[in-house]
Parts: sequence; C-alpha cells; structure tokens
Amino acid sequence: MADAAPQDAATTPTAAPPKPIVEFWLYFRENHGAVAGLAVFVVICFLALFAEYIAPHSPTHQYRQFFLVPPFWEDGGTTTYLLGTDAVGRDILSRLIYGARYSLIIGIIVVTISLTLGIALGLFAAFSRGVVDILVMRMMDIMLALPSLLLAVVIVAILGPGLFNAMLAISIVYLPHLVRLTRAAAISELSKDYVTASRVSGAGRVRLMVITVLPNCMAPLIVQATLSFSSAILDAAALGFLGMGAQPPTPEWGTMLAEAREFVLRAWWVVTFPGLAILITVLALNLLGDGLRDALDPKLKRM
Amino acid sequence: MFRFIITRLGLVIPTFVGITLLTFAMIRLVPGDPIELLAGERGVSPERHAELRAAYGLDKPMLEQYWIYAKGILSGDLGKSIVTRQPVIDEFFTLFPATVELSFCAMLFAVMVGLPVGVLAAVKRGSVFDHTVMGTALTGYSMPIFWWGLLLIILFSGILGWTPVSGRISLLYYFEPVTGFMLVDSLLSGQDGAFSSAVSHLVLPTIVLGTIPLAVIARQTRSAMLEVLGEDYVRTARAKGLSPLRVIGIHALRNALIPVITVIGLQVGVLFAGAVLTETIFSWPGIGKWLIDSISRRDYPSVQGGILLIATTVILVNLLVDLVYGLVNPRIRHRR
Repeated sequence: MADAAPQDAATTPTAAPPKPIVEFWLYFRENHGAVAGLAVFVVICFLALFAEYIAPHSPTHQYRQFFLVPPFWEDGGTTTYLLGTDAVGRDILSRLIYGARYSLIIGIIVVTISLTLGIALGLFAAFSRGVVDILVMRMMDIMLALPSLLLAVVIVAILGPGLFNAMLAISIVYLPHLVRLTRAAAISELSKDYVTASRVSGAGRVRLMVITVLPNCMAPLIVQATLSFSSAILDAAALGFLGMGAQPPTPEWGTMLAEAREFVLRAWWVVTFPGLAILITVLALNLLGDGLRDALDPKLKRM
Repeated sequence: MFRFIITRLGLVIPTFVGITLLTFAMIRLVPGDPIELLAGERGVSPERHAELRAAYGLDKPMLEQYWIYAKGILSGDLGKSIVTRQPVIDEFFTLFPATVELSFCAMLFAVMVGLPVGVLAAVKRGSVFDHTVMGTALTGYSMPIFWWGLLLIILFSGILGWTPVSGRISLLYYFEPVTGFMLVDSLLSGQDGAFSSAVSHLVLPTIVLGTIPLAVIARQTRSAMLEVLGEDYVRTARAKGLSPLRVIGIHALRNALIPVITVIGLQVGVLFAGAVLTETIFSWPGIGKWLIDSISRRDYPSVQGGILLIATTVILVNLLVDLVYGLVNPRIRHRR
C-alpha cells in the first residue's frame, strides 16, 4: 500500500476518510477466499440468467437413443453431451445450468421471506418488551428445539410436497436466528443517546423502528442473510432429495440426485455432477459470507 | 449449582409444553378431514365417520382435546400407527437404538478427529497444515451429505468393494436383539464374523453423518485455542518453562474446551437432521428413515409422536450439555 501514498500527503493532512463502500471493499479484498467465492457466485448468477443461451440442450428433452451416455472423456462418451445423459436421455450439463436458476431463486425467496418476517418480529419484540417479547422469544425457542431440516420436513408434510412449500418451510425454519439477532441488536441500540434524542424530538414508533434503529442493526443481519442463502440451497436440495421439494422433471439439483440414486453403482456421472454443483455453490457462498463477516463486523464470530 | 439446575429446568418445561402444542396443532393443520386421513384411501361411511370422530374425541372443544392429548403424553400414550397398528412409542423405541448407535459413533469420530486437528491447526497457525485443515473444514461444512454418502458408496462399495451398501449387518447373521445396539448384540451373540460385519456396515454412515460436526468442531476448536493461546496465563506457563505439550494440553486446552462443549451439544440437533438423510441413503433402520417413511405413508400419528420424541430428546440433551457446561465452567454456575 506504500506506493499508494500521495507525495503531498504532508500538505493535506486531513484527507477525507474513504467512503463506507470503499472501506468495505478494502477490507473485503484482503480475504482471497471471499473474493474467489464472489467470483464463482457471479459466474453461477451469469449461468442462471442466460441459461437459454448457454445450455447446449433443453433441460427436459429426452434423447431416446442416448440413455446414460457417459461424459465425453470416458469410453462411449460424446462431445454432444459433455457431462453425459441421465436415465431418460436428458443432457446433464444443460440440466445443471438450468438448475442454477432454481437454487438462486430458492436462496433469494427464502432470504427475503425470512429476513422480512425476522426483522419485523425482532423489532416488534425489542420495542414492546414485556409479555409480547416473552411470547415471541419463547416461540422461537420452541422452534429451535427441533433440528431445522426436521422442522422443515414436518412443515412440508403439513403443506404438501413442492418447491414453493419447501421454500416456505425453510423460510419459517430460519426465522428464530434472525429474530434473535434483530432483537439483540435493536435492544442494544435502543439504550443509546441518538435514539433517545430522536424519541424526544417526537419521532413516531414506526419511524424509530425502521429509520432510526434498523439501519444500525444491519451488519450482523447481512452476514446471517448470506449464510442463510447457502443453507437454504443446501436444505432445499436435501428436501428435493427426500422427494419433498421440487418434483421431477424439474432440474433442481437435489431432485436430480434423488432421481439418480438408483444408478449410483452403474452410472457415477448422474450422481456426481449435481452434488458437485451444490457443493461448489454452497462453498462459494460460505466463503463470501466469511469475508462479509470479517469486513462488516469483525466482532462477530461464526459458530 | 442447585439454583442453576432449577433455573435451567424452569426453562425446559415451557419449551416442552410448546412442543406438545406444536404437535397437537400439526395434525389439525393438515388440510382435509383428520378421520378421512386416518381412514386412508378406502374412505369411511358417514356413520362410521361420526363414530370415529367421537372415538378420537374430535367432537369435543379444542381445549378439552388438548387436555386429553396432554394426559396421554404424560402416561406415555402417543397413539397408534395407522399402518402397523402398533403404539407409536413402541415403534420409536425399537428403532431408537439404531439411530443412537449411529449418532454416537458419528460424534465420536467427529470429536476424535476434529479436536486434535483443530488444536494442531491453532498451534501451527498460518502453516500449510492450518490452511489445508481450514479449507477442508469449510468444504465439509458446505457438504450436501446425501451426496457425500452416495460418493462414498461409489468409491468404497462400487469400485473398491470394501464396504456393504446398506443395512446394519449381513443377512447371514441372525440373533435376537438384546440391547438394540448392533455392535454390542453381535459381540454377545458369539457368532464368528458378526461383529466385523456390523462394523463394516457402520463405517460409511458414521463418516457421512460425522462430516459436518467434524468440520464445525475443528473450526471451533481452532478459534477457541487461538483465543486462549494469546492469554497471559499461557504466556506465564510458558515462561515458567513448562513443556509445550503441558502448556497446550493442560493449560490451554482445558479452557478452550468450554466453547467446544457447547458446540458439540448444539450438534446433537444437527445429528438428528443428518440422520434422516444418512439413514435414507444407507437404508439404516433408525428413526430418521422411519419418520420419512411415515410421512410418505401419511401415517400422521407416527409423525406426530416421532417429532415429539425427537424434540424431547434434543431438549434433554441440550439440558445435559448446559449442566455439564456449568460443571466445567464455574463462571456460568455462579452467575445469577
């Protein structure tokens, strides 16, 4: 960084501090893993957005003469189907590319629903205290007593299997952590002078909640949201694998794995690639989450 | 300590009541008429329908229904499976040892590998070993374990032919279950090769189920050790000329273990969730697979009872962890 120091530094001792976004980037880029994670994530987003143009085949078209064709580098493989075909002759690479769409949509929807509800409930609990606070927090404790995937399975069992219900179930399951985080952050902010000042100047309850307090609670929430994004993809794939998420022939990665299970000892490629896609995406997001945490909130530690 | 236990118990009871409310509501939230759900696809005549409604107490007010349900739970009556007609609680406890055996081995594997690896990574901070461990741990943490299990089957059962694909023991062996734990029962049976067969069936599921706890424990141990190694008392111990092994193994590790124990306790819930997936992949006859099968058979009393029992187990284990935590950490015990 020495070369970046300007020559006339001594003449301008009070240089403006870097803008928050610049400062954030300076911290963030220190973490090479996080930058790599971001790069992989951008590529996945690109694939998902332009799947129609990138995928060599339709994700659902069944090439009846080409069942279980191995990847191109294996004996019997062809470059027409780079990663081979599945048991009904669909191109695996194309299904994976379209599958990226589902994973991203799952992540976005789950994070949006759980973040919105979580922030609302957390702020509500922090501002009302007393009985309401206790009731909300006890409910969250009860939800935490059940392992998250299991609770999601139960909710799907009630609502019925399907991609949307799976997303809804996962959103509900992620609520407790977000509610707790928001409540804790909001309560610590509430005792600060600027909030009192704002209250004294006559700010209404909603204004206090959303405009005064919430922006100062965002750092841990952003980190948690990134981590929820990756867990949502993992959990949705698990539900898909158990037959409770997206239903065939949807090219969702977990559902693809469920369909491929019976060929595990005959055709390794139908099993290997969808799982690899899940692993790479989730790993990239976790690296990104780690970097965000370090850059946004050095105090936070991940369990 | 007594006061600590009482406060902690005071928190458990409302949570348990909440869980019973949840399972009570669950079966009533399922869309459709519960009697028709219970009757299955054959359906029932209107007279029989009314009769069953009365028999299940569904014609009574909600509050009374809950009261009856709660009384049933306290006397150990969780209803009967609509598929096998067996009491849910019996089915659960027949299968429970299989899951406990698997979870215990997975946890043992995770701790035995995760703890030393985490300590070594902290001691050799910044080394190639440290980076490798942390990279591997993050990969393990991001692992879809249902896929990981399939990969291991491809490698060890398919290509190498070392391990069996599914089940708890080879069909060649048969003996009456005594404890329900296959490792113990196979030894007790005295049959040649039974124990090694049970072990070979257990290896892959153990690795699969232990992967995520292993990654979490390694990461947590490393960060807890790093924190402790920077403390004054560790420096003092070093300055006194104690051997590095003694400083790390006794002075540092004992304090670093406190957060690690919490994390191990938290992993119990993760193990149950993982057991659902692991048991499905390896056809392991435990409660995870039973629960998923019950859901797909729409056997709601089993799902209801199973969820209640699993949640209770998790609550009890967490309570136990908290108490152990209080034992090893006086700061918690004496805090008001």
